[in-house]
Parts: sequence; structure tokens; C-alpha cells
Amino acid sequence: MKATDQQPTRSNPFSGLVPVLRKEAIHISRDPSALFFTIVLPMIQLLMIGFAINTNVRRIPTAVYDAAQTQESRRLLDRFVNSDDFNIVKYVFSEEELNREVIAGRARVGVKIPPDYSRRLLAGQSANYLVLVDGSDSSVAGEALNVSNAIALRESLERSLSVTSVRQALPIESRPKILFNPDSKSANFLIPGMIGVLMQMMTVLMTAITIVRERERGTLDQLYMTPVKPLGLMIGKAVPYAVVAYAELLILLFFMRWAFGVPIRGSIPLLMMLCAPFILTMLGIGLLVSTKAQTYQEATQMAFGTMMPSIFLSGYIFPIENMPAQFQFISKIIPTTYLIQIFRGVILRGAELQDLWQQGAILTGMSVLMITIASLRFRKKAG
Amino acid sequence: MQAIKTTDLTIRFGKFTAVDRVSIAVEQGEIYGFLGPNGSGKTTLIKALCGLLSPSEGTGTVLGMDCVKQADEIRQHVGYMSQKFSLYEDLTVKENIEFYAGVYGLRGDYLRRRKDDAIAMTHLEPYLDRRAGKLSGGWKQRLALACAFIHEPKLMFLDEPTAGIDPVARRDLWDLLFQLSGQGVTFFVTTHYMDEAERCGRVGYIYLSKLIANGTPDELKEIPEASPPGTRRIEIITSQTSNALAAIKRKSYVHGATIFGQSIHLLMDNQIGLDKVKADLAADGFTEAEMFPIKPSLEDVFVTLTNSLKE
Repeated sequence: MKATDQQPTRSNPFSGLVPVLRKEAIHISRDPSALFFTIVLPMIQLLMIGFAINTNVRRIPTAVYDAAQTQESRRLLDRFVNSDDFNIVKYVFSEEELNREVIAGRARVGVKIPPDYSRRLLAGQSANYLVLVDGSDSSVAGEALNVSNAIALRESLERSLSVTSVRQALPIESRPKILFNPDSKSANFLIPGMIGVLMQMMTVLMTAITIVRERERGTLDQLYMTPVKPLGLMIGKAVPYAVVAYAELLILLFFMRWAFGVPIRGSIPLLMMLCAPFILTMLGIGLLVSTKAQTYQEATQMAFGTMMPSIFLSGYIFPIENMPAQFQFISKIIPTTYLIQIFRGVILRGAELQDLWQQGAILTGMSVLMITIASLRFRKKAG
Repeated sequence: MQAIKTTDLTIRFGKFTAVDRVSIAVEQGEIYGFLGPNGSGKTTLIKALCGLLSPSEGTGTVLGMDCVKQADEIRQHVGYMSQKFSLYEDLTVKENIEFYAGVYGLRGDYLRRRKDDAIAMTHLEPYLDRRAGKLSGGWKQRLALACAFIHEPKLMFLDEPTAGIDPVARRDLWDLLFQLSGQGVTFFVTTHYMDEAERCGRVGYIYLSKLIANGTPDELKEIPEASPPGTRRIEIITSQTSNALAAIKRKSYVHGATIFGQSIHLLMDNQIGLDKVKADLAADGFTEAEMFPIKPSLEDVFVTLTNSLKE
């Protein structure tokens, strides 16, 4: 047959890769608004989170009812103020008033020093003071509890060792030094995790949408009638979006570094390298979503559905160590968990490949698995 | 060699039989019309012929290649165009053509020649840099055809190629199909338009997954099932077609009646004379009706076959 002479018969499993890739790149370049939103929207999210969110508890609004009004009681209150954890917003003169301040939410903490505080101290008896803590915000409550206990403990020690008059050190003093994030800035902790979550969202969504759009327009049926092979189609579609994902990563890192001053201690090439299996895994999930979703809306919903576990169970905001065992297991099968470990490791601690090879290996395994499942499902759909 | 040959081709999805023991043969250079209601199995058969679905039973060959074993090769040598004109609307005309050329692996001089030929054939030259989404329906269809024909296929599947385009564009497309079929290209065309079916060399009609008629349009009009035993068809020309239709439908000797423009096509007992019909119409106040016997149209044939299967 004439046609056979001019066109080699190709049973190459990647058939169609190059034309699909080129076409997809044109799609991306023709849709600047989509590109704008994939790049700019994450940046806005980054700015909001970076500037607005601070999980560190400082200057807890505190109401005080000092019924003792003595030198000792004022010394105790000074300790509260000096800790920088408490900010005395109001002095009240009855227990009801104190309660009212806490119930109304004007104060998170109420401190009551009883009238016999000094008398009992001087008599060598055990004196006590009351700390009312508003438990409706658990991080504030936890902080208030710890610090007020520590103040009581320190005050007791100093008293019983009579180090009050002569300025003299306690026998044992803990000198904690927080490594890598000395000011305990939330931004340093949150932003690397957030970049991971944003990368996931964009990659899954973009990949799913590009295929579902072809299904909606009927071009996918057309492609199935051509020699294009599922693998060629998938990779041709995935590569341009992987490039976009990397561009996004670099932009977000740039912002993190220069807008929020989060230092990058490790090597950026290492970060990029360890990201590759993650991006592949996400492309696989996006392709999988696209084989299930029939419409753009379905694809968007499913892509957002994959986000929830990644936000709550990946260690992005809530520490994995505090989760019940079964949730810890779930967090272990979420790819973002490992990406966030990689990000925090390289960016904040300057970790190297030898410290993070396990995470890299797990992500590589996951990417192979996801791409395999996606291409099998894809093949089935095509047939 | 036949361009398409199937033998008892059957495709099942679970318990549902989408294509039921269909045997067709399409000669090279022929325009074969494939008709049937939506969901009757037309697109499924095309997918099977392109190797996208494996037959549950039976066999099929396309251009002498087995639909299952040589699916890849088949796809390299056939073209497919669907009713949706599956184009990339944000790509230009040229980019769409180049994309499909790339998909079929065309290179070098051959690529250049095919691109020029496809553009010349469809007269798309002035629109090369226009986005496909900005073209009108008829031009979109031409572009879809240029893309589907870029690799010089010997066989083209056109799945409702003229759905939703204007009559002039429809006529242009058919002129092009005849020109290409004269050069030896085979066309397998699905359509709902009877005038298009009449233009086909041969026609198949699929209903509820079964091929219930297959032959040239003239052969189909002669088949005994087209007119039930003891019936004949007449055409009545009257100025008040819809009122006359309502009146004549009530008569016991009338089996079916449909309006065709200014006339009514009637399927009636052949015992009854035209005088009787004329008298009945006159009695209902339609005095100036003219009538004469006619052969069934293709639509008559398909409607009758469908109805007899429904009963």
C-alpha cells in the first residue's frame, strides 16, 4: 500500500508524545489567565498565610483580681507580665468581675490572688493563687497553663532556696536553644509545608482539567482513533505541567525567601530533585481523577477532595506525632507528608540527601505506583 | 479487497448487546451510509472497526487488517471525523492541522505536501492563522476534515459529519466526498439525513443493535418488508395537508400517514381504490386533492421496518 511506504508503521508505546507535548505547551501559552491564576493565586495564599497566621501564643489578654495587694502578690504579677506571654488588660476587684471578663472573652486568662497569699507565704505555709483559663482556644489554654505553672514553680523554688534578697542563681537552670527557627516564627514552619500543599493542588487540578476538557470537547475520542498511545498522551500532557509546577515552586521559594525572610539553608537543586517524584505522583493522581471525572466541575471537586487529607494529616499544620495511631498511618500514605518533611528538612535545617533519601525513595515508589495505575485505567478507558 | 468486512460482529457491555451479529461488506471507493436512531450502535461499531473495542463474537477486517490484532496499523491508515468537529479551539487552523500531522507521524517532504494538499482541498488558505474556535460551522467542518484526512487514509469514518451545519456547507462536503471517493477513498458515513442516505452507494440501517436493512437505496425501496403485505403507498397533494392528514388517519384502511411538504404519504390497504380515498376526502371537505401511487422513500422504508420490529 502506498501509505505504508511513506509512513513507518509505529507500534511505539510513546506514540504521539511529541505532538501532544507541543500542543499542550501552546494551550498553556494561549491561556494567560489560567497561567496567571496558577501562579498568582498561590502567591496570594502564601502572602495571606505568611503575614496573617501566627500560631505562636504571645501576650494573652489577662484579667487580674489581686485580693492580697501586697509586695509578694505584686512580685508574682510582675513575673506574669515579664514572661511576655501575658498581657494584663484589666484589674478587677471581685471574683464575679473576674469571671465576667473571661466569659465575655475580653480576657483569656483570669488570675486571682487570695487575700491570705502573703500571710501564708510568710508563715511558711503553702500559698495558692487561682488561674482561670479559657479553654475554648486550646493552643492559648495550653500555653497559659504551662507558663503559669512555670511561674509558680520558679517562685516557689526561689522562695524555698531564699534567693530572693541576694541575686543568686538557681541550682539548675534549663537553657533551651531552639535550632533553625530561633524566633519560633510560624512563617518558617508553615510556609515550606504550604508550598507542598499548593504544589499538590495546582498539579492535580491542572492535569485533571486538561484531560477532562478534551473529553468534554470530544477531542479525546478523536485522539483515541489516531495512533496516539495512552502513554504518549499521558506523558505529553504531563511534561508541560511539570514544567509549570517547577516554575511555580521557584516563584514560591523566591517569595518565601525575600518576602518572609525564611532562610533556605540547604541546596535548592537537591530540593528540586526530591520534588520530581512528588510532582510525578501528583500528575498520576490528576490523571486518575481525569479517568473518573466526566466534567470540569467533577474534576475540580475531586481534585479538592484529595486536598483535605493533605492539609490536615500531612503535618502541614498539625503535628503527626499527636495523631491517633490510625491517623498516623493515613498520614504515612499521603505523599505530601514526605514532601513537607523534605521541604522543612532542606529549607529550615539544611538537610542533605543522606538525611532525606528515605522520603525520596518512598515518593519515588509512590510515583511509580500512581503512574502505573493511572496508565492502566487510561488504557482501559481508551479501549 | 474489501475496505470493511465484518462477520457476525457482536459487542456486549455486560448484559447489554450494543452490536448484534452485524455482517457488512464495504467495497473500496464506496460511500457507505450507516443509519439508525441514536443509541442503536453506530458509534460502537465504528469504535470496534478501529480496534478500540474488542468484539465479543464475530470478526472484522478493515483494509484487510484484523480489527483486534492489527488495531495500531488500522488507526494509522483510517481517518475519523465526528459530529463534534473535535478541534482545539484555542489553536489556529494551521496548528490543528500540524498537530494531527504530528500525531500520524508525517515528516519531511511528505508532511509539506500533505499539508498543502489538505489546505488546497478544503480551501482553508485564508484562515490558516485564525483560531479554530473563531471559524463558522462549515469551516470548522472543513478543518476537521483536513485534519482527519491529513495522513491520506484509504478509509474515512464520518460520524454524523453534517449535524448542525448549513445546507450549502452540507452540499460542499458531499461534493468533496464524491471527489475523494472517485480517487479510491472509501467512506463509512453515519447520518440522520435521508437525502444524504440517498446519495450513498449503499446503505445499512441498524436498529436495536441489529442490522435490519443493507443494500443500495433502490434495493431497499424494493424489499418486501418496506411495504407490509396487502398494502401500497400513495401520495396525496392538497393545500390543507395537516387538516387532511387528521381526517384521513381515522380511516380504517390507512396504516400510516406522514406529511412531506405539500403532500401526504399514505400507507393503505391495496384493496381500496384511489376513488374511495378521493371520495372520503371530499366528504370531509377536501375536494381538490390529487393522488397517485408512489414507491416508498428511504424514510418510509426505515420507518416501516422500525415499526414492524416495535410490534
